[in-house]
Amino acid sequence: MPEIKNYTMNFGPQHPSAHGVLRLVLELDGEVIVRADPHIGLLHRGTEKLAEHKTFLQAVPYMDRLDYVSMLCNEHAYVQAIEKLTGIEVPLRAQYIRVMFDEITRILNHLMWLGAHGLDIGAMTVFLYCFREREDLLDAYEAVSGARMHAAYYRPGGVYRDLPDSMPQYEASKIHNAAAVKKLNENRQGSLLDFLEDFTRRFPTYVDEYETLLTDNRIWKQRTVGIGVLTPERALALGITGPMLRGSGVEWDLRKKQPYAAYDKLDFDIPVGVNGDSYDRYLVRVEEMRQSNRIIKQCISWLRQNPGPVITTNHKFAPPGRESMKQNMEELIHHFKLFTEGMHVPEGEAYSVVEHPKGEFGIYLVSDGANKPYRLKIRAPGFANLSSLDEMVRGHMIADVVTIIGTQDIVFGEIDR
Amino acid sequence: MMEWLLPIQNLLGPAWLPVWTVVKIMVIVGPLMGAVAYLTLAERKVIGWMQIRIGPNRVGPLGLLQPIADGVKLLMKEIIIPSGSNKFLFIIAPIMALMPALAAWAVVPFNAELVLADVNAGLLYILAMTSLGVYGVIIAGWASNSKYAFLGALRSAAQIVSYEIAMGFALVTVLMAAQSLNLGEIVRGQQGSYGMLNWYIIPLFPMFLVYLISGVAETNRAPFDVAEGESEIVAGFHVEYSGMAFALFFLGEYANMILVAFLTSIMFMGGWLSPVPFLPDSIVWMFAKVAFVLFLFLWFRATFPRYRYDQLMRLGWKVFIPITIVWVVVVGGWMQTPYWLW
Repeated sequence: MPEIKNYTMNFGPQHPSAHGVLRLVLELDGEVIVRADPHIGLLHRGTEKLAEHKTFLQAVPYMDRLDYVSMLCNEHAYVQAIEKLTGIEVPLRAQYIRVMFDEITRILNHLMWLGAHGLDIGAMTVFLYCFREREDLLDAYEAVSGARMHAAYYRPGGVYRDLPDSMPQYEASKIHNAAAVKKLNENRQGSLLDFLEDFTRRFPTYVDEYETLLTDNRIWKQRTVGIGVLTPERALALGITGPMLRGSGVEWDLRKKQPYAAYDKLDFDIPVGVNGDSYDRYLVRVEEMRQSNRIIKQCISWLRQNPGPVITTNHKFAPPGRESMKQNMEELIHHFKLFTEGMHVPEGEAYSVVEHPKGEFGIYLVSDGANKPYRLKIRAPGFANLSSLDEMVRGHMIADVVTIIGTQDIVFGEIDR
Repeated sequence: MMEWLLPIQNLLGPAWLPVWTVVKIMVIVGPLMGAVAYLTLAERKVIGWMQIRIGPNRVGPLGLLQPIADGVKLLMKEIIIPSGSNKFLFIIAPIMALMPALAAWAVVPFNAELVLADVNAGLLYILAMTSLGVYGVIIAGWASNSKYAFLGALRSAAQIVSYEIAMGFALVTVLMAAQSLNLGEIVRGQQGSYGMLNWYIIPLFPMFLVYLISGVAETNRAPFDVAEGESEIVAGFHVEYSGMAFALFFLGEYANMILVAFLTSIMFMGGWLSPVPFLPDSIVWMFAKVAFVLFLFLWFRATFPRYRYDQLMRLGWKVFIPITIVWVVVVGGWMQTPYWLW
């Protein structure tokens, strides 16, 4: 009789549930996973090295392209690292704008995650519902920065410009006639803040919609409860952060534990799970969306009442206004130096970390005093999360691998960098 | 029955019967293929509306020519035969999948007169034919010589075996109630003066649910589409198929869906009988009921996540089969009492 051997299967990188370019080599006993070996590096673009050859400002857009579903959070960590090294003051209004956009980004990320996770488990409709809401938030990105995804909006010392007073409007086309366009533009008549306020009013109902489809769904529960259990001890030992860690019941959120920007002035809760399975992580993320909505609301009301500068007036780091530049020799020189040579960051090193939607996103920046970073190290939360994959999938079935990849919320932009 | 055909009948002599049967088969299969094509469009449109999008609307008015465009595209495509595959089995598999799905239609009555073969063992014939469909899937998975396809075939084999039993037992209660295996007789057994209340869906409601769910599982539709498992094993058994060979699997799946919808309305919802006593019985009722069941199929697909393969087996073996066995006994006992009104 021939010997019964395990089955080796290549899962990805061209696989609908590989979330980009994950390649898993699975060792299967029937459909049960004996070993899962994640292979990474298929999306490596050398961000860290590239940043060493660009001025500090030119590296900001690279940050967008790390985790390309939570763009502004990446930028936040990077500009914060420069601010730490230089010690420039960031105006409070800029801090609030950053917090607001960090939370918008968190919702964007979690919506993408929920849609993709649902799709992986076979619930198609959630995906399209989530994308409907993402559309509004991406419009907010567009209104503030001109780009729907890769915003490049944060700057060392603040943000690029103040929030706009008007929203981009839809125009009549072959597909949408004037009447349809009027309806689409209904909530875009006021400023960006009006638009976002309208969104925050609608959003809790939308989250209820997703929850109606999933939370109490027997199939959803069968597919997620008890799948990919991480004990709090193992989660901490593996360096897991973010919703993955909180799903295991560890109350660790940098927004509360080491508040940065304006988080210490805002009121929000940190949801934690109990069992550390995929279902708990699902609940944690859904609740995080609701909490983010709460934070956005508070930011909107603060921003309405407190106009002011949004970027530092230290022109060694932030460009002066156009008008003063035309009249003032010193400002002209600042402008020239800033856009040719770039800013000089004093010698030293800094580690800046933010609570990214996926976990702890850190930037370790070493400067030798030049106009370029000497070394930039990115601590991507997804990398640590992915390294726990083997441990999480062992003994589960192929269908659960897909669930676990989904629940880890993997994006290869940041893992491969 | 149709006098104007008599001259042709005389002309053909003994060849008349086969010719006439072929004509009748074509009259059933032609519209069936059309129905399959437009069911795909209906699916995309209905799910589109459920998912707040529009669905196909580019080809022809309102996208009505989309299925035709799809068909033409698939016809023009090359059928790629993987080099490691067993060529004969690889080609034969899609035929094996489609053939029983079409053959089963021979005994399906559309109304009191319209049926190709009014055989007495119709129900048995249907069960036999629908179970054959799985061979196409298994052969396809095996012949492709691909690990993904093979996993799909294994899942499919296990799934169909377990759901066949629940389905069979659910139908046993129907044939107990109707005391006949003839599909026409089963419908006539549901005739009465109370319209809907005479249908078997009333006394056999749990069996109706079991049959409907098993039907979804039997046709490999969401949430039981583990054999395809888009996000897990990519397309399962037909991952290596392209062009018309793939289209045959597709046609088979949708023809099976329509078949299950017809059977559900025949067995439990009174076929062509009117739901209310004051309206006449008509083939229109049949189509309305079929459309309703098909809508349920699409609705399930838009709503539910996919079962995992072992959970699906558990549902079949540990839930459905016990329920059906209990209900067979209950119906048997019930029929011995004067309270059996059907």
